[in-house]
Amino acid sequence: MSRVLIIAEHLNGQLNSATARCVSCAQALSAETIDILVLSDAADAIAEQASKISGVNKVLSLSNPANAHPIAQVLAPQIAEVAKPYSHVFGPSTTFGKDLMPCVAALLGVAQVSDVMSVESSHSFKRPIYAGNAIISVEAPADAIVVATVRTASWPAAEMNGNAAVEAVSVAAALPTHTRFVSLQQGKSDRPDLQSASKVISGGRALGSAENFSIIYSLADKIGAAVGASRAAVDAGYVPNELQVGQTGKIIAPELYVAIGISGAIQHLTGIKDAGTIVAINKDAEAPIFEVADFGLVGDLFQIIPELESRL
Amino acid sequence: MKILVGYKRVVDYNVRIQVKPDGSGVITDGVKLSANPFDDIALEEALRLRDKGLATEVVVVSLGPADCQAHIRNGLAMGANRAIHVVTESAIQPLTAARVFMKLIEKEQPGLVLMGKQAIDDDANQTGQMLATLWGRPQATFASLIAIDGEKAQVTREIDAGLETLEIDLPALITVDLRLNEPRFIKLPDIMKAKSKPMETLAFADLAVESGDFLNTTHYAPPAKRSKGVMVKDVAELVAALKTKGLVA
Ligand SMILES: Cc1cc2nc3c(=O)[nH]c(=O)nc-3n(C[C@H](O)[C@H](O)[C@H](O)COP(=O)(O)OP(=O)(O)OC[C@H]3O[C@@H](n4cnc5c(N)ncnc54)[C@H](O)[C@@H]3O)c2cc1C
Ligand SMILES: Nc1ncnc2c1ncn2[C@@H]1O[C@H](COP(=O)(O)O)[C@@H](O)[C@H]1O
Repeated sequence: MSRVLIIAEHLNGQLNSATARCVSCAQALSAETIDILVLSDAADAIAEQASKISGVNKVLSLSNPANAHPIAQVLAPQIAEVAKPYSHVFGPSTTFGKDLMPCVAALLGVAQVSDVMSVESSHSFKRPIYAGNAIISVEAPADAIVVATVRTASWPAAEMNGNAAVEAVSVAAALPTHTRFVSLQQGKSDRPDLQSASKVISGGRALGSAENFSIIYSLADKIGAAVGASRAAVDAGYVPNELQVGQTGKIIAPELYVAIGISGAIQHLTGIKDAGTIVAINKDAEAPIFEVADFGLVGDLFQIIPELESRL
Repeated sequence: MKILVGYKRVVDYNVRIQVKPDGSGVITDGVKLSANPFDDIALEEALRLRDKGLATEVVVVSLGPADCQAHIRNGLAMGANRAIHVVTESAIQPLTAARVFMKLIEKEQPGLVLMGKQAIDDDANQTGQMLATLWGRPQATFASLIAIDGEKAQVTREIDAGLETLEIDLPALITVDLRLNEPRFIKLPDIMKAKSKPMETLAFADLAVESGDFLNTTHYAPPAKRSKGVMVKDVAELVAALKTKGLVA
């Protein structure tokens, strides 16, 4: 029977919903136990939040001043220590998990299964390769710990009506000091979070400037949507990097995704193909985005957006 | 300071990958192969550090089949001083790749190792992090800015929350993201010059690396297709359609 340890992601004292998505994935294993490990300088308050996730047995709270910021080479030795009695160690396939989990795998001397989309059996998983253009089934050895990242867009967040026990833990691993946190420049926004929003409106290169991009924000605010962007829009400096959607940005699965002035390159489509409904607005009727759109509208975005906003 | 750069050959990012009908793999016969786009960025960064006098030598390292020499020559033509080609006919997994790089680190003693944040074929996003772990040195992944200052570096990373800056001691491993730089184009004379640059060829088997290829791929399938929807004629029709689906109030 599988014993799963999930590494919690959190920021500024708040648990990230990616953690509850990992729990859903662990549940697909029919696990004997699902435990969550919280590493922080003040882990208890976050562990408390994690204890509410349904389906969780136990939350391990590991406080250490060295864990004030998630530095992979500092967290990994502690995780490798705690992981020993488990059969699986999962982290979200966010930048946090992608940075950290391969270090855990290397310390344990095992491979990592990246971006688990589905669970076929306790040691067999499906994951995307080639920007999602092929899906492979991979088998991990049955006699070693499985380290994996969970493709968050493939899994719903588990409910929050659990009541797991919280247990303080400590480990004796020697932690390096060769890596130091300097700063985090975080886009301040009252808008919904791109990775968990139910509606997302994205703009592309066609917006032409940061100034013009404000019409995307304004439309998004009208319907309570998060804002995203293509790589071209980020590269051109219209919006900050954390809004990029796609293979190398965020992979999202909102109920509604609206792509405005985005051509639909495969690297962008990879990030949105699990969306419920895709709407594309583009002046080029041949744009590839229309191949995946549930509703397509051909026309000039600078005329369409104001009209759309006024009708919503 | 010497810089090692991971320089993997992959299917070009413009190729639309097709899965073989029997599910045994993807079709790679006759498709265009190129440097992993992130690795071109890693190499470009190494060259810029050398141009600024912060590095003395840039060594590109590629693990791949015998016929990837032309690809490695491109790295030399871009400006690397020399190349190491570890010949392996079968594809190797990230942990094995990291172990091979570790052997090369022991021999070359680099001050910096630059890699792509992910290879766009396996999309694993693991090798750099595994290598830093085996090496016991700092890692800074997803870099969009690198500033070397003596024995230290400040690296700005593109993470989900925004831009994080870390200070790391050298030697260290950095994986690069797309916005770090714009790689240069190779000029014809440089291709000629590259022919005489040193390329060391090592057989994978001779390195005596313990294999970490633990994952067994049993099946390949095309992704679930999204069906093409409908075209609406105007904004009114779009809004009506979204209201019907209950997506907007
Ligand atoms: C390794 C790699 C990784 C990548 N990762 C990502 C990623 O994660 N995310 C991502 O998005 N891209 C990624 N890309 C880039 C991707 O290949 C495309 O270049 C990018 O998505 C294009 O952005 P765009 O659609 O905004 O711009 P364009 O392709 O230039 O499209 C602009 C569109 O706007 C339309 N348009 C122009 N004016 C108007 C108007 N007035 N009204 C309506 N429509 C208009 C045009 O018809 C066109 O279709 C990656 C590329 C590489 C090589
Ligand atoms: N076969 C290889 N040859 C050279 N570099 C590699 C190889 N495999 C991985 N790398 C490096 O590791 C990075 C991440 O690869 P991956 O972990 O497979 O996504 C790549 O961008 C390369 O810099």
